[in-house]
Amino acid sequence: MKHGKTMSVRRAGYYTVGGLLALVFLFPLAWAAWASVKGQPGTAQQGGFGLANYRQVVHFGNGLLTYFLNSTIVSAFTVAGTLFCSCLGGYAFSRFNFPAKGLLFVLTIAILMVPYATILIPLYVILGYLHLQGSLLGLALVLIMFQLPFATIMMRTSFESVPRSLDEAAEVDGCGTLSTLGRILIPGVRPGLVTVGLFAFLASWNDFVAPLILLNNGAKFTLPLAIVSLQQQSFGVINYGALEAGVVVMAIPALILFLGFQRYYVRGFMVGALRG
Amino acid sequence: MGSPTLSASPSTSVHRETTTTRRAPWWRSRTLKGIGYAAPTAAVVVTLFLFPLVLMVWMSFNHWPLLGKHAVNGLTNYRAVANNDLIRQAVVFTLRYTLVITVVLFVCAFSLALLVQEKRRGVGLIRTAIFLPGTVGLASASLLFLGMFNNEIGPLTPMLRTLGIVHGPVSWLGTPNMALLSACLLIVWRFAGLNMLILLVGLQAIPAELYEAARMDGARRAQILRSITIPLMRRSIAIVLILMITGSLLAFDQFYILTAGGPDNSTISIVMVIYREAFTRLNLGTAAALSVLVLLAVLVVNAVQFRGLRRDED
Repeated sequence: MKHGKTMSVRRAGYYTVGGLLALVFLFPLAWAAWASVKGQPGTAQQGGFGLANYRQVVHFGNGLLTYFLNSTIVSAFTVAGTLFCSCLGGYAFSRFNFPAKGLLFVLTIAILMVPYATILIPLYVILGYLHLQGSLLGLALVLIMFQLPFATIMMRTSFESVPRSLDEAAEVDGCGTLSTLGRILIPGVRPGLVTVGLFAFLASWNDFVAPLILLNNGAKFTLPLAIVSLQQQSFGVINYGALEAGVVVMAIPALILFLGFQRYYVRGFMVGALRG
Repeated sequence: MGSPTLSASPSTSVHRETTTTRRAPWWRSRTLKGIGYAAPTAAVVVTLFLFPLVLMVWMSFNHWPLLGKHAVNGLTNYRAVANNDLIRQAVVFTLRYTLVITVVLFVCAFSLALLVQEKRRGVGLIRTAIFLPGTVGLASASLLFLGMFNNEIGPLTPMLRTLGIVHGPVSWLGTPNMALLSACLLIVWRFAGLNMLILLVGLQAIPAELYEAARMDGARRAQILRSITIPLMRRSIAIVLILMITGSLLAFDQFYILTAGGPDNSTISIVMVIYREAFTRLNLGTAAALSVLVLLAVLVVNAVQFRGLRRDED
């Protein structure tokens, strides 16, 4: 009896602490949503609740739609390019033997060892050589490079978990390697592809440093870059209502995708954490 | 190639004969196909990773303005880095920040992982809530906290006032120490969940029998933590520490957006100096020299940590 009582007290304590922590972590997000519609002096929404801050952000600079579209283009290129490279690369690393295979794999993983921000300066110059300076495509190429180590590890692991007898049987039946990949293997590695795509989307959608250094034309800005320049242009008198509206616009796609594909996201962490 | 099922089949001899006659061309083309599939990866790695690394070193020995012609200038850029007070200040600040945030973030993430490792109903929701900030970009999070720290619109000052901790406005970003503390608050909110998840993977890999055996022997909680949990989690702990240290040495967004390097240049990080050299002072050569030094420093830090990890595992 006494034992049961302490157990239930302990359980109540656990849920109280856990629930409070959950609230603490959710609070800033909830506050941003609230502050973006709540009336405040010094913002477009003078009183009550309403969408005036959002209407103001929509017309900021080249228009919110332009920035949203830019971000979408960069993310789409990055996701597509990362999936393309890592799917074929993972297939090559798990099923083929070719000269310098080990070296290429080590070099791909070595991207993780090189701090991101330090090679953006030479990358800026190289994109100039390729006539891609300041372009969304150039930015996406750089983001693909940063995604490759994780994506390659993930896809190689995924291919290796598909039994070899499957594709050997297909090849004996006369399937070429490409149709074996398309018909037999891709369905088997689909969860890995979803994980890689999700990571590539979140990284490219949220990135700030790479666009800051690689994009120089305001009309090409991605959302984070545009909202930060909204804040910096109005130095001293920051319009916090519009700022938080911008934060909400940036956060919503990422949150929705995360909540929808949470399982795949956590799986990526497992592979990353186990493989180091 | 010859899989067990094939060689076990009755037609082994026939099969072997056909493979030997076809081996040479079959192998060659299969090698070529492998190269073909690896080609996109190789192209990206060579043009966007190896080439930039080489170019970065080359740039660091050149006077390389943002616009206009570049010319070799030997070690001038490295000398400029060594004699720059702002850089020295940024190095000291970045190291101090790295030390503080690594300790704070690790303690938070580890405590959270211990809390949510239990298999109870509803724990999944708590995990998701703690993890959710990790999906918001660091730049968005910095802008969000810019509002949170504001005394007129932000909720933090009124909360502290209600609790009776402060009376007037709070200068969240106004003094060097407060600015550092506020940045740490933002980073813990944004990254505690991600690191918690990595530590959780390590925690859950520890066999439950070990805990039971320890409890049977009458071990107390602190003893179990010290002599079972932490030693068996070496690998996960090393991974989060490497991520935290590398991440903080390269801190940029939070200081560029939240504190703008202020007050009085007290929160300028090393990467902010690289950015400033390149795009405000238009001197890519010095920025490259600084990048080379940062890269070497991070490589040394990582090598030391990996070596420590490997020694522990042996």
